[in-house]
Amino acid sequence: MPKALIELNHINKSFAGVHALKDVSLRIDYGEVHCLAGENGCGKSTLIKVMSGVHAPDHGEIRIDGELRSQLNPIEAINSGVQVIYQDFSIFPNLTVAENIALNGELAQRKKWINWSKMRQTAKQALDKVGVDLDLNAKVEHLSVADKQLIAISRALMHRAKLIVMDEPTTALTQKEVRALFRVIEGLKRDGISILFVSHKLEEVFELSERITIMRNGKNVISERTDQLNREKLVYYMTGRQIDESYYEVEKKTGTPLLRTDNLSLKGCFEHISLSIHPGEIVGLTGLLGSGRTELAESLFGLTPATGGLIYRDGQAVNIQSVQDAEGHGIAYVPEDRLTEGLFLEQSIERNMVVSVIDGQKDKWGMIDGKKVKSTVRSWIEKLGIVAHSPLSPVKTLSGGNQQRVVLARWLAANPKVLILNGPSVGVDIGSKEDIHQVIRDLARQGLGVLMISDDLPELRQNCNRVLVMKRGRIIGESEGKSFTQEVWSQLHDGHDEEAGLAENRGSTA
Amino acid sequence: MSNHASKRRGTDSSYDDLSFSIKRWLSSDGNLTRLFVIMVLVFVTMAILSPRTFLSLDSFSSMAFQFPVLGILSLAMMLSMISGGIDLSIVGIANLTSILAAMVMVRLIPEGASAGTSLLYIAVGIVCAMIVGILCGLLNGFAVAKIGIPPILVTLGSMQMFMGLAIVITKGQAIVGLPEQFSAIGNGSVVGIPMPLIIFILCIGAAYLLLNRRPFGMKLQLLGSNPTASRYGGIRNTTVLLKTYALSGLLASIAGLVMIALTNSAKADYGTSYILQAILVVVLGGVNPNGGFGKIAGVVMAVLTLQFLSSGLNALHVGNFFKDFIWGIVLILVMVINVVSPRMKWKRKPAG
Repeated sequence: MPKALIELNHINKSFAGVHALKDVSLRIDYGEVHCLAGENGCGKSTLIKVMSGVHAPDHGEIRIDGELRSQLNPIEAINSGVQVIYQDFSIFPNLTVAENIALNGELAQRKKWINWSKMRQTAKQALDKVGVDLDLNAKVEHLSVADKQLIAISRALMHRAKLIVMDEPTTALTQKEVRALFRVIEGLKRDGISILFVSHKLEEVFELSERITIMRNGKNVISERTDQLNREKLVYYMTGRQIDESYYEVEKKTGTPLLRTDNLSLKGCFEHISLSIHPGEIVGLTGLLGSGRTELAESLFGLTPATGGLIYRDGQAVNIQSVQDAEGHGIAYVPEDRLTEGLFLEQSIERNMVVSVIDGQKDKWGMIDGKKVKSTVRSWIEKLGIVAHSPLSPVKTLSGGNQQRVVLARWLAANPKVLILNGPSVGVDIGSKEDIHQVIRDLARQGLGVLMISDDLPELRQNCNRVLVMKRGRIIGESEGKSFTQEVWSQLHDGHDEEAGLAENRGSTA
Repeated sequence: MSNHASKRRGTDSSYDDLSFSIKRWLSSDGNLTRLFVIMVLVFVTMAILSPRTFLSLDSFSSMAFQFPVLGILSLAMMLSMISGGIDLSIVGIANLTSILAAMVMVRLIPEGASAGTSLLYIAVGIVCAMIVGILCGLLNGFAVAKIGIPPILVTLGSMQMFMGLAIVITKGQAIVGLPEQFSAIGNGSVVGIPMPLIIFILCIGAAYLLLNRRPFGMKLQLLGSNPTASRYGGIRNTTVLLKTYALSGLLASIAGLVMIALTNSAKADYGTSYILQAILVVVLGGVNPNGGFGKIAGVVMAVLTLQFLSSGLNALHVGNFFKDFIWGIVLILVMVINVVSPRMKWKRKPAG
């Protein structure tokens, strides 16, 4: 039996009443590429934070090289060779490549003076190990996402990493860059470094890993050699149900669209966007981070008004310069980042729910009508099945799924005609995800027009009747919803133009 | 879905109860309970230490004339702090506006005017002060909301500006000889209740309605807890902030009017120590310095606590400097209690 590098046994962890990890065990051997798979919100990230010493487990033990580590902290974890590359890479955009790679090491040695030439030398060595050639003096902010990732990997290697944990490393990469990353990972494996690859993308999981651990709802379901698993089994273990591929279909729409844009542009973000959404349609919009999809949504909602082109609501040209304009035209937006843009975390569920309709809940004296507010809140809690102790408790005490329902309720209470959803199921458990999808489909059937922005291909496939693909600020393709598979996505996105090179940078630094 | 809902309904019957109960209200907010206990404790301690002076009618009556000015200023400070900012210029506004009012009442009033005419000039002076107070507040609000300068810098600057302007106008001299009818506001009583106290109570009532019953109040609190989310939620951040600072200016001008009515004179550097005291009261009263939360009852209790402490120490013939020292200790003590006690609650029922 191969030697275990790190073992996590029966780990339990709770946050403010949410049991995030329930009796989870994980073992990674030397030189192994191990995949940690699971839906969003299943506890993958928490587990990583436990193994890197960020969170202390409530129960359970951590062994590194067979040695029990009861008080693991981040510095100890790094010294033991555990390196985590988070989604945002934790690099300093204003520093150069060499500084980013070698500065930590210099600082850790507590030297009084920095030896610049030695620093450049070590940085060069680290980059060579990964097998890439980057300008050491380039400012990191001007590099592509893929290059930033390579810098993060090089930096991890500097600390004699034995295990590199990569948290969803392919989210913002093009197909080509993913291939390059896989080659780097294979190289690391040959050098005896273990990789824990965290992902929910099935294709990658199968291609790369030797063993797979699957988590669901904070428990680990199975740990198995990759060749013992197949796609169906994997999906079953991840979701706990057989794949139920039902699709949302509507007959071809011809009348006046609810929302139409004509050559809509915002300098530096997107240009010549012409799309239309008919009543009853759920139109998907996807593209990599920085493709302009969020900026487009925020322009339609008046947060950053478009600089060119026209928006039509029910066939009438409208001028949307502010959120209030958008609201007035029946457009609602559920933002991408629920925690910073969507919610007032410390405030009550009630207040979070009525913020956008509070002006309509006044009595004849202009005071807030408590009864009206309560009945609004109560009816939405029931309609969306929000599980909460009391509407007066802070919204931060809710689970991700329930929080998302609160944001959704806020905008549905405003009775919109067009609903823009940005990442509606990010960080939401599977049960809530299904419920949210059901609510959206029901509303669409009643004539709401929906624009759903998402990275999640199955989500788009099952809920949208059409999917638009954006790249570098333009819509480059459209697919029928139910046939929008990984292959179609790659074909549309990577087939669009191969002269990428230079332009990649612009797409990814946004 | 429906079974979730029924599960929920079982646990929060209190949500549907619209009636009011002091017990529930106090227990709903641990901070208010603690503050109430501290207030009573300070009162009882002082009563025991100097029963004859502290518990006398004279002492109560003098307290009732003293704390309204600080109380009204604290309400002004509270509004800006709930928005996530701070207003250091309130005393500057109070002095500038009250000087303007005093000039109208003293210099413009014709010699030997009848009672009716002088009442008219008093009214003009009061209205002038309030309008200028609102304008000063709008200036702060504009710099904060439209230009985007941090509130602490804006109001630090405008504090200097208002004070400087007041000194230039008065050449540093006090304006004395306010009409008698106006001084009655500062020193008179209605059915035994001092006028300043009545004005304070009116301000409390208005602020309460504004903060808790008007949509504006809810928007202010939401904006204070997350300005990004409020923008995404359709709140006009700029408008809310402009209104907040304008109200703060208005309250400051009212405090200024009460102040000159009490002292029967106006001067550019009156009450400068009130700025820090107002911050102290507001924070003591449980207003979150990061914005989003604040209860009027808390601020009122904090003002009373400090007044009891101050009058009690006076009765004990404790020097002014030592008084500051004790105020500081009380403030830090309350902070420590506020931070520590929720933690202890968490430990008692983990993962509730």
